[in-house]
Amino acid sequence: MKYLDEFSDPALARRLLDDIRRTVTRPWAIMEVCGGQTHSIIRHGLDQLLPAEVELVHGPGCPVCVTPLETIDKALEIASRKDVIFCSFGDMLRVPGSDRDLFQVKSAGGDVRVVYSPMDALTIARENPSQPVVFFGIGFETTAPPNAMTVYQAKKLGISNFSLLVSHVRVPPAIEAIMSSPRCRVQAFLAAGHVCTVMGTSEYPPLAARHRVPIVVTGFEPLDILEGIRRTVRQLEAGRHEVENAYPRAVREEGNPAALAMLRDVFEVVDRPWRGIGMIGGSGWRLAAQYRDYDAEYRFDVAGLRVSESTACRSGEVLQGLIKPHECEAFGQQCTPRNPLGATMVSSEGACAAYYLYRRLQVPAQVDQVPAQVDADAAQREQVTSVG
Amino acid sequence: MCLAVPGKVIEIFERDGTTMAHVDFGGVRKEACLEYVPDMRLGDYAIVHVGFALQRLDEATALETLRLFRELGELDMEFGDHWGRAAADAGLPRPAGTGTPQGGQARQAGTPMEGIRP
Repeated sequence: MKYLDEFSDPALARRLLDDIRRTVTRPWAIMEVCGGQTHSIIRHGLDQLLPAEVELVHGPGCPVCVTPLETIDKALEIASRKDVIFCSFGDMLRVPGSDRDLFQVKSAGGDVRVVYSPMDALTIARENPSQPVVFFGIGFETTAPPNAMTVYQAKKLGISNFSLLVSHVRVPPAIEAIMSSPRCRVQAFLAAGHVCTVMGTSEYPPLAARHRVPIVVTGFEPLDILEGIRRTVRQLEAGRHEVENAYPRAVREEGNPAALAMLRDVFEVVDRPWRGIGMIGGSGWRLAAQYRDYDAEYRFDVAGLRVSESTACRSGEVLQGLIKPHECEAFGQQCTPRNPLGATMVSSEGACAAYYLYRRLQVPAQVDQVPAQVDADAAQREQVTSVG
Repeated sequence: MCLAVPGKVIEIFERDGTTMAHVDFGGVRKEACLEYVPDMRLGDYAIVHVGFALQRLDEATALETLRLFRELGELDMEFGDHWGRAAADAGLPRPAGTGTPQGGQARQAGTPMEGIRP
């Protein structure tokens, strides 16, 4: 959608872009937190429509990408066990663990099932009472209430063969960690719209004040993102650092009260490691004590796993906005959607996948190293290499 | 996965003391839990994430978003053939027991970013 006339409302897109151009007087680095927004930006070429002064820095809001390698390895170990039915969202299938992924576990005979909703996993548990059924509960604040409700239901209905492998993370501590890094160059944030649909906006004013950064709650569609950027640039140029809601059709200041109440009942805040980034204090949730029987980490003995991360993968720097995907030496070379070294290359929200799928970048041509293939991936690869 | 898709409530029912609905997402029908938006009525639209309504939405906005998602293939990413797509991405045969053997379609590359015409 690099052409204005491809927007659903070209006149509005032009007005937003004109306003940004008129307002901006110097360079600004704005981080979009959410990987869904990153994909929208790269797919539609929004960053290339903006004036050169406005740089978009891609953030860590890809749940698949930041799930710790150790948790992925635990999932793979549990999924490989005889009798276990392991349920997951589809985008976890090809996330690389230390030596394999869920797709390979399934191919080797493991009972891995893709579900649309965690409630589907609960139904599977009910229909297979003699087998342990585990759901891989990853995600940010948007996905935590569905998983919380599922565990609540499992307990209420006494579905004792169900458990959740929990790896939930929270956005505000990640913003705090990014702003506290000595290498940080982010000057403003587009906050993730649907996270705020659940949580509301009350966690953000202290962050905006402490770090003197504008935080603008932003949606996911191209016009939403332009509007979020427009409001952010206006604040930056005026020297303001406030929390604004540019996505009012889906976000209320108080969030979703019923979902928040369920989160408070089922989860408790814990420190969590983020893949490629490291430990962030208070950045995650685990099941509260009264739901411990439904925690897969307690139910399955998966201690003693030896994790092994790719040394070539720089996804941690990508996730912190320190480098762009194509600045990683492995990008498009050893690391492609076919052979991903890091989760950022496989997830539908990962920045590396977005750059690989939607943008021709200067990848040095090494066509002779690419095996002849006639499928779509090879065609994509050829497109990428043909430009450099 | 973090996608939340607008859907129209076409049937409301109760299961195990929980308010559920059949929701239509531009032709794809799924069950969704309404417990987090308890005042939803038949014909209302909500944004739905992994089978849970999270926020009511007005009809015009919902239809516009659905149109965009359909054009962009996002509905297929959300509701489509995950095993087939993973197999095509991996360049491997789809595992046994994952549906039709025809295989899926790898994610498509977008248009190159050149000749920008603002």
